[in-house]
Formats: sequence, C-alpha cells, structure tokens
Amino acid sequence: MKTLATTLAVSVALVAVALAATLTPAHAQTNFQNETIEWIIPFSEGGGSDKWARFYAPLLAAELPGNPTVVVRNIPGAGSTKGANHFAQRVKPDGLTILGTSGSTQFPYLLDDPRVEYEYRDWNVVLASATGGIAYLPKDLGDKWNQDKTSILGENFIYGSQGATRLDLVPLLAWELLGLKVDPVFGIKGRGDGRLMFERGEANIDYQTSSAYLANVTPLVEAGQAVPMMTWGSLDNAGNIVRDPTFPDIPTFKEVYAEVHGREPSGAAWEAWKAFFIAGFPAQKMVFLPEGASAELVKTYSDAFAAAIARPEFPEASRKRLGIYPQATGQKAETFKKLGTEVNPAATAWIKNWLMERYNVEL
Amino acid sequence: MEALGIALPALGEAFSLILTLQHIGWLAVGVLLGLSVGVFPGLGGIAGLSLVLPFLFGMDPVSGLAMMVGLVAVIPTSDTFASVLLGIPGSSSSQATVLDGFPLARKGEAARALAAAFTASLFGGILGALFLTLFIVVGRPVVLAFGLPELLMLTIFGFSMVGALAGRSVLKGLVAAGLGMALASVGEAPAQGSSRLDLGHWYLRDGLQLVIVGLGIFAVPEIISLLRGDSAIAAGARLGGGRLGGFLDWWRHRWLSARCALLGVAVGVIPGLGGSVVDWIAYGHAVQSSKKRDTFGSGDIRGVIAPESANNAKEGGGLVPTLLFGIPGSGSMAVFIGGMILLGYETGPQMVRNELPVTYTIVWSLALANILGAGLCLGMSRGIARLTLIPFPLLAPFIFMMIAFAAFQSRQTLWDLCALVAVGILGLMMQRFRWPRPAFLIGFVLASQAEVYTYQATQIARARFSRSLGEGLEYVFSPIVIALLMITIASVWFGARQARGIKDTGTHTGGKLAPMIFTVFVALFSLALLADSLSIRALNDKVFPAVVGGFTALGALILLARMTRLAPSHEIFHDGEARDDAPPRGVWATLAWFVLLLAMTALAGFVIALAVFLVLFFRLRGRAGWRRTGVLTAGGLVFLLVAASLLNRDFPPGLLQYYVSLPWPFR
Repeated sequence: MKTLATTLAVSVALVAVALAATLTPAHAQTNFQNETIEWIIPFSEGGGSDKWARFYAPLLAAELPGNPTVVVRNIPGAGSTKGANHFAQRVKPDGLTILGTSGSTQFPYLLDDPRVEYEYRDWNVVLASATGGIAYLPKDLGDKWNQDKTSILGENFIYGSQGATRLDLVPLLAWELLGLKVDPVFGIKGRGDGRLMFERGEANIDYQTSSAYLANVTPLVEAGQAVPMMTWGSLDNAGNIVRDPTFPDIPTFKEVYAEVHGREPSGAAWEAWKAFFIAGFPAQKMVFLPEGASAELVKTYSDAFAAAIARPEFPEASRKRLGIYPQATGQKAETFKKLGTEVNPAATAWIKNWLMERYNVEL
Repeated sequence: MEALGIALPALGEAFSLILTLQHIGWLAVGVLLGLSVGVFPGLGGIAGLSLVLPFLFGMDPVSGLAMMVGLVAVIPTSDTFASVLLGIPGSSSSQATVLDGFPLARKGEAARALAAAFTASLFGGILGALFLTLFIVVGRPVVLAFGLPELLMLTIFGFSMVGALAGRSVLKGLVAAGLGMALASVGEAPAQGSSRLDLGHWYLRDGLQLVIVGLGIFAVPEIISLLRGDSAIAAGARLGGGRLGGFLDWWRHRWLSARCALLGVAVGVIPGLGGSVVDWIAYGHAVQSSKKRDTFGSGDIRGVIAPESANNAKEGGGLVPTLLFGIPGSGSMAVFIGGMILLGYETGPQMVRNELPVTYTIVWSLALANILGAGLCLGMSRGIARLTLIPFPLLAPFIFMMIAFAAFQSRQTLWDLCALVAVGILGLMMQRFRWPRPAFLIGFVLASQAEVYTYQATQIARARFSRSLGEGLEYVFSPIVIALLMITIASVWFGARQARGIKDTGTHTGGKLAPMIFTVFVALFSLALLADSLSIRALNDKVFPAVVGGFTALGALILLARMTRLAPSHEIFHDGEARDDAPPRGVWATLAWFVLLLAMTALAGFVIALAVFLVLFFRLRGRAGWRRTGVLTAGGLVFLLVAASLLNRDFPPGLLQYYVSLPWPFR
C-alpha cells in the first residue's frame, strides 16, 4: 500500500511539473533562434513531395529569422489525409509546425472523401509550386502517333495506375476524351512502378510528372525506347492552358484534342478535366500555416520563401530538381490556392459520376 | 567477358576512391550510426538515413555516399541483437532469426548464436558485393525479364515455404497461412481502394503494418511466457558456448550460408518482391535442405545462419533496382535515392553507364561497411550477451518500453499500441495451441503482392490473348515462369516429405474445449471477411478476400470436424497451459501489465505513463528497493529520451495531451 501511495505521489508531482510547463504561454514568435521547425509531409520518404520539401528545407532554414533547424517529418497514410488531418486538429499556430500538401491531398478534399477532416479555407498558404505532367508511348506506337494521331485509336492500351481517384484521374480522363481505349491496371504503389511496367513492355502508355520524366524517361527517349506524346500543359497569367515551359516542343493535350476532333475542346467533360488538371498540376504543392496563425507570422514565412526563391543559385538548382515552374508566394500563392482547392460543383459532380460509371468507385 | 572489360578499370578507380582515410572515416561514422539505430527494434534504415539527410547538403559527394552506405549496410547486422537476445524481431527482415536465435539464448548460448549470426552477415554482405560487381553491368535485361507473371510465380514459390514451416499438421499450417492473408487484407484494397473489414475506423483502413504483426506474434508471447517464469533469459543464468564456437558453426554450414546469401541477392535484385520475405525463404530453405530437422525451432544454429546470410546480401541486391532504374527496393532505399540527389547524383540507367566508378564505390563500400559492422558487433557480442543473465523481472519493463516504442513508429498513434496488444493476444493463442506462427507470417507478408500480381497479370494476359493465342501463351509461360514453377513443385515436395519425418515433441493436452474455441474464432474471422467481401462493389477488390476468407473458413471447419471425432489426447488438441510444469503466474495477469501501460498512456501520454509503470513494476513485481527502482527507472527514461530526441521521434500522446499542450517529451 505504501508503494502505491508513493507511486501516486510521484506521478502527481510529474503531472504537476508538466502542467506548470504549459502555463508559460505559447506566444507566436517571429524569431526562431534555437528553434526546430517541423515540416509535416503527409507522404512517405522518397516520393515527389518528400523530395520537394527536402529541397526547400535548408533554404527555408537559411532565410527565416534566427536560422532555425527545419526538419521534414513524414506522416504518410490514408492517401495523405492522415497527415493533413493531424495538422488540422493537433497543431498550434505558433509557426513551429508547417504542412506541405500535394494534388493527392487536394483531390480527396475536392471529391468529398469521408476521410477528409481538414478545410483548406482555414489554412494560410505561404508557398505554392507548380509542376507538369507528360504522357509517352513506346517507340512503334509513338512513331505512328507522330504521323497521324488517329492511327492508334484502335489500339488496346494498358496503363499502370495508382487508382482512379488519385492524380491518375487527369491522364485517364484525357486519354478517354481523345477516344483512346486505355485499360488501367490498378494497384501499383508509385509512378516509378508504372514506368518499370512500361519498360518491361507490359504497359504501352504511361505518364510521369515533370521531375520524374526529366530524370528517368528522358534517357529512354534518347535511347529510342520511348516517344513523348503530349503534356497536360501549363497555365498562363490569364488562366489559359499553354505549352509547358519545361517541354516547349511537346504539344499540349488541348492542342492534340483540337487536332483529333477537328474542333477546340468544350463541354462538360472538358470543363471537368480542366478543373481537375488545374487542381492537380499548376497548384500541385503548397505550404501552409495552421488556422489562427497571426498575419505577422504568415508574412515572415512568405518573405522567407520569397527570399529563398530570389537567391542567385535558386533558378539553376530548381531547374535541375523541380523543373521550370512558377514558385509563388504572397498574393500569387493565394491565387494558386484558390485554383487548386475551389472547383465548381458541376465539375465535381461530373467527375464523381464518371468515376462511378466507368470504374465503379462510389464517393 | 565484355562485362569484365568494362568492370575492371572502373573497379580500380573505385578502389582508389574507397581506400582513402577520408572515405573510410565517413564510412565508419555511418557504420556507428547504423549500429546505434539498428539495435532499436522498429527503427531501421529510414530513421537512420533521415537523421543524416540534413547534413548531406553541401557535403563532399563521395564522403556523403560513404556515410549513407555505411549506415544502410549494418542495420541488418545490428538488429540481430534484439532478435537473438530478447526474442524481439529487430526489423522486418530478421524475423526468422528469432525462431532459433532466441531458443539458443535461452539455452545460454547467446554468444555462440551471435557470433555465428555476425559471421554469416559478414559473409553474406561480401558475397553480395562480389556478385553485384559483375551483375550491375549486365543486370538491366535480367531485371526487365521479371514481369508480372514471373513476380507472381516468385510469390507462389514464397508460399511453398509454408509446407516446410507448418510443423506436424499441414492443415493447421495452411489455415494459419490463410489467417495471415485474411488479416493482411483488412483495410484499403490495393487495386481500387474499397474498404475491407475496417469497421469504419481510419486506423484499420490503412491496414496493419508488418512491424506490429511481427512484434505481436513473436515478441509478446515470448516476453509473457518468460515473465511468468521469473527467471533470466538464459536458463540457469549461465553463459556457455563462445565466439569461436559460433565461427566454427558457420564454417560447418558455409555452403548453406553461401546458398542463402545468393537467395538474398536474388530477392533484393528483383523489384517488387519486397525484402521482408527474404529471411523466411532462407529459413525455409535451410529446413528443406537438411536431413535432420527436429531441432529447428528449438535452437538450431542453422536457423540463425540462413536468414542472417540472406538479409545482409539482400541490401546489396537492393542496390540494383535502386541504381539501375531509380526504383527503390525498400523504404530505406527510397530515402537513399533522396540522399543521392542531395549529393548531386541522379539514379537511373545513366548512373551505371556514365558513373560506373561511383557505382562500384557504393557496392564495395557496402562490403567494407559489413566488415566493419560485423567486426564491431562480434567484439561486443560477449558483453551484450550478458543481458540474458539478468533476472527477467528487472529486464521485462525495458522490453515492454522498447516494443511499445517500436510499435508506435508504425503510424505514430495510440492505436498502434492497441493493435500490438490485440495481435499479441492472437500470438499468445497461436503459441498456446501450437499453431505455426511462421506460416501465419508468410501469409501476412505475401498476401498483398499475391493479390496485386494475380490481378495485374490476369488483366495484361487477357489483353495479350485478345491479340493472339501465341502472344498470350508466350507471356504467361515464359521460360522463367516454367523454371520457377519446377522449383516451386520441388519445394512443396521436399516440404511434404520432411513434414512426415518430424517427431512429436512434448504434446500436452487438457481437453477439447479450449483448442476448439480458438479454431471457431479462426473460422468466424474468415467468414466475416468472406461476408464483408460480398458487399464490395469493385470486382478487383472483391475476389481476393472472398477466396481467402472462403478457403480459410473451409479449412478451419474441416479442422473442427476432425476435432469432434478425435480423442482428447490427440496432438491436435495441444494446449501449452495444460503442461504439468506450467509456471505459477497466469497469462492474463502478466498481460495485464502491458495493458496497464497502454491504459496509462491513453490517459497521460507515453512518457508519464512509462515513468509510473516502471516504478510500479520494479516495486511490485521486481521486488526492488526504492534506490534500485529509482536508478533503473531514471536510467530507462534517460536512455529512451536521449535516443528519441536524437532521432527526432515523438511519443504516443494521451487524453492529457489532448486538453493541455505540454513541451516535448510530454507532448
């Protein structure tokens, strides 16, 4: 009994100490000397978002006042909704924790996935990074395609896919709108596995995001094993789809659509594609401060990212690792955020219906 | 020969890079880091590499590579400590080591087992590097030859090991493997993301991770049964058998070690098979290829040598898909690629073509790191083996601490601990009624790839057949598939032949009721999976759980039918609780300690709960004085906190943390 009493006393003391520690108010500071900033990435190590965050982390550390340590913390799970939910529910707006999201975090939000417990409107965006996507074909089909875009419409295409409700929605719908018969083989774990399937000759159509294409498909194109098909394009300041600045010689899906169908794209299906393309690519990766962060804090972060982007060595380093894409802060980032997280209800409804009819996915 | 012409000059250049003081220095730093991280169960290459990534930026490329390679290479070496000494699988690729390593430790032969394991690790690492030196130049077409039908066939080959590991009752083994597959299919389906038997909970929706299942199935039952006996791990608290003995053991089985090392390289080379099955394949091979197999599972040194030769060789093999294709063979390889980018190297075909000397630097740094790592571990093994002499009640709370911390690394929520306790109870029951736990684990590990490859291969085959019959047949029955098929048939045949030869080792029966209740539970769980799968809309997500649930339930029902007919003394009714010399303390009273830690964590968070738990345990169960209790509690806490802060890890939060925000480590 004595033991129990002493133990209780000890634990009460411990709790008291812990409580006392919390009484020191957590004020939002803007000097981060000797602090550690945690950058939550809701994906596992080694993926695109992880690489992007690890590219920016040292730059952010160098530009924030007080030069804190910035560590990337991966919280993968539930299609990235777990890390985002954690950020929405458990993180204080003291500037010591930030979140990096991607198109894969936006899509479940836009499609009303029941797992989503976060609200983009509550968060403060401090950086937005765009990227692009490129579809490619094997040599024989690619040569036919370059001569006559309609010559491969009868082909049975196989595509290694991560799932129709993910970013793969954009290429799958694009191919369908062209009239290609593409059977997605679901269940691959990353786009790298899709490329391997293509290299083995099991898949005969594939797409990669820009940085992965530059690193891993360009060598295949140079070796004469693959031929670029089209890009999803890029957005100009007026919101029009134009050629991807990283791949100015490759036509966009929009151009290809006009060539195949003999008219500019229009209609509900096209509007839905465009809405989800914009949500998935030009506004693909963003950095957020949590709900309730002070205006001063948001400005400190915004300025730090702007300063990182303005560094003389930035363009060269970012071209190599991220591709030539807008890296936006401040008001421009806000515009990107709107593009990426607000889709008109008609487009959402169209996509949900399409997923249901075409892939039997109920959302 | 052409390959040799390319390889040799690059190899010379690579050695001039490797054998510099600077390179070896950084390699040693990496090795030391890797050893320190690797001894923690549940933490592996990913945690270690994440630790060094921030420092890579701006480092000299060759030094940075040396550090990373050193770190990755020795993780499968140092995780052996936990597997052999404590019975906790140190990482997912050394689960099989526990099967014979821990019984050896209990016989007081921990030092011998460790020495044999480290020698095997060393040998596997070097053989792997030798093989890779040539293979990496010619490997690309070989890797590309492994399409989906080949991968599926390899998975089936993996399943054939169930036969060798099933024990005396093949039916029990099959049902156990089916139960493993059924448990693995809980959660989001890999093809189209339908939810399966997740009870609407987000934690289950992600599925159970191998770390948790490995700890629950192997570590929890061992700890509980040791704690019930109150003795030290080594029987009689005596340490026999030396390091020399371990080396001689390895030398006696050097050919087994060589075969397993090659198996390890092969598994690593092929992307998509996953590293966590390599130890089981090696273990199964050891069992199949030996004439006398009665001793496996109760402390046979071959059961240590085989998996340890394979899992170090696997890391080398895993470099092939990583470097040649930019496709990581494992989680730690994914971070490795990230680190290489920081250093300015882009992995992919051009890496091997244009930077062959750098590639060889990586391969041979791996070999050198294995030598350093295994040497250090060998040196320490005798000292660390003394852990097994400590009275268990003084050691157990630390083990509880370690496995709770390890399990929490899975998803970093309190539910990890709940899942650990739940799977632990399953493990306890399987141990009690002698259901083969290795067969269960093979089913769990291979389930998801069996499902995905079956579905994907069928779909592509359908497209090929629609073009022409010839093209379809060529795709499905490639020479590799046929060769693998013959190997699989041989493996099943050997397994079946061996199963007949096992002697009955100490059956204790205590009535029909308890074993039958557990079998009914297995049947019900399988039926629940079957019923749940019928409500899934997407066909791709439906077939696998329906088939697995159906067949497992059928197997369990046949088992039940046999049980009703057999006499209560039949070995099928084995019940570990019925032995005459059963320890005085009950299972549930012992398990309650663990549940107490869980409950207190749910209330006050892990660190506070652990402090209270350690004090209570040492006082009430360990019968230690206040002084000793204080020293041990403080020591354990400091150790955990220092390690967690260095690795930037959090602890499970509880209700307290939900309402008030506390500073680290209480948060």
